Amino acid sequence: MNCTCRLYKRPFNEAFEETPMLVAVLTYVGYGVLTLFGYLRDFMRQWKIEKCQNATEREEQKDFVPLYQDFENFYNRNLYMRIRDSWNRPICSVPGAKVDMMERVSHDYNWTFTYTGRVIKDIINMGSYNYLGFAQKTGACQEAAAKVLSQYGAGVCSTRQEMGNLDKHEELEKLVARFLGVESAMAYGMGFATNSMNIPALVGKGCLILSDELNHASLVLGARLSGATIRIFKHNNMQSLEKLLKDAIVHGQPRTRRPWKKILILVEGIYSMEGSIVRLPEVIALKKKYKSYLYLDEAHSIGALGPSGRGVVEYFGLNPEDVDVMMGTFTKSFGAAGGYIGGKKELIDYLRTYSHSAAYATSMSPPVVEQIITSVKCIMGEDGTTVGEARVQQLAENTRYFRRRLKEMGFIIYGNEDSLLLSLLSRIKYGTFYNAFGREMLKRNIGVVVVGFPATPIIESRARFCLSAAHTKEMLDTALKEINEVGDLLQLKYSRRRLVPLLDRPFDETTYEETED
Amino acid sequence: IIRLLFSKTYKLQERSDLTLKEKEELIEEWQPEPLVPPVPKDHPALNYNIVSGPPTHIITVNGKECINFASFNFLGLLNNEKVKSAAQASLKKYGVGTCGPRGFYGTFDVHLELEERLAKFMRTEEAIIYSYGFATIASAIPAYSKRGDIVFVDEAACFAIQKGLQASRSNIKLFKHNDMADLERLLKEQETEDQKNPRKARVTRRFIVVEGLYMNTGDICPLPELIKLKYKYKVRIFLEESLSFGVLGEHGRGITEHFGINIDDIDLISANMENSLASIGGFCCGRSFIIDHQRLSGQGYCFSASLPPLLAAAAIEALNIMEDNPDIFQTLRAKCERIHKALQGISGLKVVGESFSPALHLQLEESCGSRENDVKLLKRVVDYCMNSGIALTQARYLEKEEKSLPPPSIRVVITVEQTEQELDKAASLLKEAAQSVLN
Repeated sequence: MNCTCRLYKRPFNEAFEETPMLVAVLTYVGYGVLTLFGYLRDFMRQWKIEKCQNATEREEQKDFVPLYQDFENFYNRNLYMRIRDSWNRPICSVPGAKVDMMERVSHDYNWTFTYTGRVIKDIINMGSYNYLGFAQKTGACQEAAAKVLSQYGAGVCSTRQEMGNLDKHEELEKLVARFLGVESAMAYGMGFATNSMNIPALVGKGCLILSDELNHASLVLGARLSGATIRIFKHNNMQSLEKLLKDAIVHGQPRTRRPWKKILILVEGIYSMEGSIVRLPEVIALKKKYKSYLYLDEAHSIGALGPSGRGVVEYFGLNPEDVDVMMGTFTKSFGAAGGYIGGKKELIDYLRTYSHSAAYATSMSPPVVEQIITSVKCIMGEDGTTVGEARVQQLAENTRYFRRRLKEMGFIIYGNEDSLLLSLLSRIKYGTFYNAFGREMLKRNIGVVVVGFPATPIIESRARFCLSAAHTKEMLDTALKEINEVGDLLQLKYSRRRLVPLLDRPFDETTYEETED
Repeated sequence: IIRLLFSKTYKLQERSDLTLKEKEELIEEWQPEPLVPPVPKDHPALNYNIVSGPPTHIITVNGKECINFASFNFLGLLNNEKVKSAAQASLKKYGVGTCGPRGFYGTFDVHLELEERLAKFMRTEEAIIYSYGFATIASAIPAYSKRGDIVFVDEAACFAIQKGLQASRSNIKLFKHNDMADLERLLKEQETEDQKNPRKARVTRRFIVVEGLYMNTGDICPLPELIKLKYKYKVRIFLEESLSFGVLGEHGRGITEHFGINIDDIDLISANMENSLASIGGFCCGRSFIIDHQRLSGQGYCFSASLPPLLAAAAIEALNIMEDNPDIFQTLRAKCERIHKALQGISGLKVVGESFSPALHLQLEESCGSRENDVKLLKRVVDYCMNSGIALTQARYLEKEEKSLPPPSIRVVITVEQTEQELDKAASLLKEAAQSVLN
């Protein structure tokens, strides 16, 4: 353990507190009750005692093989329908620090929604991925995008390799390469597609992919489409990764024992559901020792971590050239859409020729490209102001403040100290408590994201807060007050570690006392 | 007993075949392949054409001004002022990005409006929007077709469909392009298989995936016969209408309007908004029973950020224009016929595609041996045309990844904005180029 500590230049504090046993048991019981109810209602629907409000198959096609298996839809019909007002909430303004939401009501327990036409104004937005506050309707970025829109139009109507490669795209790619500190970069129209279309271009049959347990669906899909063998290591667990690497090199491919062609490690910068940061120094040390390649997906961490917003590589003070493939998205910190891959020139040349997206998918829309160019220049300080730097600092301060206050209140918060995505664990007693949290917060004009089964394990449903540089201290304080109230109301404060609140300390809380109850 | 105990432990120690030292040696010796093989500098796909300025009717490629015969801007809406001003208004109201997936505060009222408008236009119950055209069909197919299901797909299906099928892990059965007899044969074979194992047959779903106008060959699919086969063999049809949406049919509703088929007969219609609607993204439409499923299980929908509102507003305005001017479709088709006739009889090049298809291919009549040489020859034709003011491009494919690679060809795209003189000029220029390069 000593040698690994030397790799970290600052303390790396991550905590995943376990849930108290009683609460876990009650959660299972709650779900069991819900399932029984579900069966009962299905039974009633079949015997026409209760009205079936689902959409159904056409009369002419009733004797076709059913499109959905009964069991697949069981969850959908019985559990999801009751709580689905927490998701897909329609908004009608800029997704900034405060947002306006369209009010919708349901008169038949969420089977259908009607819009009342009223708008709920000024909801504090803790659900949008607006980390550096670039989702604005005024300002330099928006003006530049408007100019480009009037000049270039909205669409492109062609692929990169045919007639869709605009001068704007070339400008963007050079800028992104400079921002990341790599030789060259390439941009794509969709972050999800960047992963699912480029991993198959890099690895194929006969290669090995080592992927973290909690990787995003796009990474999983890309790995599956590539045809390589996939092995999963425990989340952020370096011993598990090392064991897999050793076994792979020593034993070779499963049946033929031939050596692997390449080994690719897939990790993310910040994991959005857990709020944990990848142990990058250790991963790079392992990668060098075992001669494998590293694919780092910085969807959430680019622009948000590191003293100047260059991402998780800068946060740990490492050399960007150590990461073979640096991937990220423009949706979160830059307020636009799309993804990029950065790396050595040979890699990018190869991707320009063989990436599925370059040959078959339309290139990025010009005003979106302009938004990214302006926001990247702002973060780098090249537009002549210090606005970008100030935003990055503000985000870091907000993160630490918010996290500390929530811990003081006694909630279980997952994740790393510096991670700007906080997952607050809420125990479900009756199967849908996390939804109650979401609803109560909305009543108090705060929008949060709640997630439960099946996106997370059954006893680990959570509410997630996304912080932004656009949140002022007053907004955070209001939010904290409301969270405190709702937490008391729903009895969500399960943390057994009581933090002694520190007074008069500025924002460099890297040490505080912890006392166990 | 003691001997047995001892002998057991002896065996356990021998279980690992290699000693620690040997393992370390193996790790030292192992050399991986380089992450990417080097790409030769003159690879045709490496050097992109750089377009300065908007890719509209007059396009500046590599510094030269040309007439655009290469962008899929069929209805000329890329440079339309009304579309641009609608997008500007949306930009002022919402900014650029949506900062979230549809489930988490990424659903805007423009998205809901666009979905409603598309459903109304196509006369279906519901529509769902994706933020990337490629991802639309590639996420829609795996949402319904899982491991163990059977999909009958045309040989000339585009790459996005192939990726969707690969992601779904179903059994894929290819039938010859537009050959209904071949498809019927496969369906009959499947029927005999089913009779052997009726229990399994009762849960195996069956799908046919076809395109309205094929991107790779410019043909139209024989939809009425497909509908007959659908009811006879109880298969569901997924129709991909990227090229035919906004092109075929009296009002631009696509191939179902062209053939006069009831739209409910098709289970799912998927199209991308990047061709006729001159925006970005894609949509699927159909009955609520089918489309609603994608809201929870379409990967490109649930796990990806939603479409930027300005692009959705541009698409809504484009739809408005399509609804208000139904005569542009007739104009477009007339232009297609004109150039199709004009391009016949070029020595050395043959025209591949229907006469009313706005995206044609020009293939070499006789190949000169290898694909590489064909590509080089076609490049010379394209360069000749570009030097004289007509912008063309070769159709690009990923040679190693395609299931059935089409022969190299030049893509000719007809848009509503091209005048008759320009069409004639293009045809005569191509004749000249073919003469000088191929003879």
